[in-house]
Amino acid sequence: MDLAKHWRIRHARYRLEGQRHRTTGEVRFPPAPLRPGEAHDSWEPYVLSGRGRVYSFSIVRQPPEGYDEQAPYLIALVRLEEGPLVTAQLTDCDLDQVTIDMPVEMVTRKLRALGPTGLIVYGYKFRPVV
Amino acid sequence: MRNVYIVGTGATPVGEHWDRSAASLAVEALAAALGDIPASRVGALYVASALNGSLEVQSQVGPMVATAAGISGIEAVSIEAGTASGGVALRQACLAVASGIVDLVAVVGVEKTTDVLDARRERALALAGDAEWEAIHGVTTTALWAMLMRRYMHNYGYGIEDFAPFPVNAHANGVANPNAMYRFAITADKVRSAPMVAEPLGLLDCSTAADGAAALLIASEGLARDVSAAPVCVAASAVATDTLALHSRHDPLWLSAVAHSTATALRAARMTHRDIQVLDVTDPHGITAALVLEAGGFAERGAAVALARDGAITPKGALPLATGGGCKARGDAVGANGIYQVVELVAQLRGQAGAAQVAGASVALAQCIGGIGATAATHILTME
Repeated sequence: MDLAKHWRIRHARYRLEGQRHRTTGEVRFPPAPLRPGEAHDSWEPYVLSGRGRVYSFSIVRQPPEGYDEQAPYLIALVRLEEGPLVTAQLTDCDLDQVTIDMPVEMVTRKLRALGPTGLIVYGYKFRPVV
Repeated sequence: MRNVYIVGTGATPVGEHWDRSAASLAVEALAAALGDIPASRVGALYVASALNGSLEVQSQVGPMVATAAGISGIEAVSIEAGTASGGVALRQACLAVASGIVDLVAVVGVEKTTDVLDARRERALALAGDAEWEAIHGVTTTALWAMLMRRYMHNYGYGIEDFAPFPVNAHANGVANPNAMYRFAITADKVRSAPMVAEPLGLLDCSTAADGAAALLIASEGLARDVSAAPVCVAASAVATDTLALHSRHDPLWLSAVAHSTATALRAARMTHRDIQVLDVTDPHGITAALVLEAGGFAERGAAVALARDGAITPKGALPLATGGGCKARGDAVGANGIYQVVELVAQLRGQAGAAQVAGASVALAQCIGGIGATAATHILTME
């Protein structure tokens, strides 16, 4: 069923919750475990704005198993306005509509279904800002 | 630490071996590497395989190959580092021999990719990236390279057609390699008119995953002179890593594991870039080769594609690349690629590379990377 491994990162997947460093103010996404030597409260949860620009993009025409029905689909690296780069699909968008630096915003969508008896995995995608 | 030598090489043709198992391919390559040396003299076995577990074929590939080779009982282990598996396994073999604990070690790279349909293979290959933050979004390794290619074109002003010299060179060289999957030349026009796989990457700028096995015998200096007329010295061996996910990197167009492992290897061999006469790198796409050459210090940033356009990567150029056909024409045997590279470069150093021979080559560099460069393994080989 793969329940736990999707459940435990639900805040990041559903609302783009990353982390902010309490001292330096650095924002990171995705959230990461504490490193050896870091104080337990070094990083606090931080919800990112979901706004960013397309760093680069491609169209997946030979999809991995589980994504066959979606192909062809747009995939992008999005530079979020807080700094982190994130990998996600683009949605609500024609295949020939995307350009580098295009402004985009986060939306929550179905990522994939894990078979007839499995979970439906939801998470972030990005769409053009209109 | 003792010096380490390659005293035997072997490989099967890369291709769709419907009638062969991973074990049978591995043993054919190992037997060819052994030649007249009895398998019983092998002290340890390192097996490189990227997908054998994730394609639900078999785990514990080390004992599997040892058993098939009739040497069950010896120390045997499998090593997985995506498409860098071969190079990482070779490094473990070098460390084992250099330590003085064993005198003769076999390294076998084996991959069996054609027993599953394309979509399952794409899923397994995508696990070389970050499963939770990349693969779950349906991104493939090819699409990650495609995004880097588009950004590279944007930054440096190249067009898709500028990358054609990489697959054209690979195919031209593959003709001379009896183990290559595609032994025919292609033109830049054909590359340009091929259908898209992941824009801007077209079909003829994408390697084909296939089956194959390649093997090396690694020996100490004392033994090397006894068992080989033309031992090749492993002058340096280095492995470095980078973040698993591409998006975690400060500059996605800079492969820092490649930079670090290349610099470490050159320093260990007391060489500069100019000493390297022929090289082989992980090159499933032109953009991959370009970024590797730049991070490795063989080209200025943004200049590798121009160097290829000017002919530098052909066997007669200053940076001969993919002389055995590379991933594109040899065929992409994934975890075994790092061993195929060394088999082909040993042939170069022995002057046995036929039409793709680099005249007088005595120093070669082999480098393989896993995924988008999360692992990089570099070896420098010399003929004394």
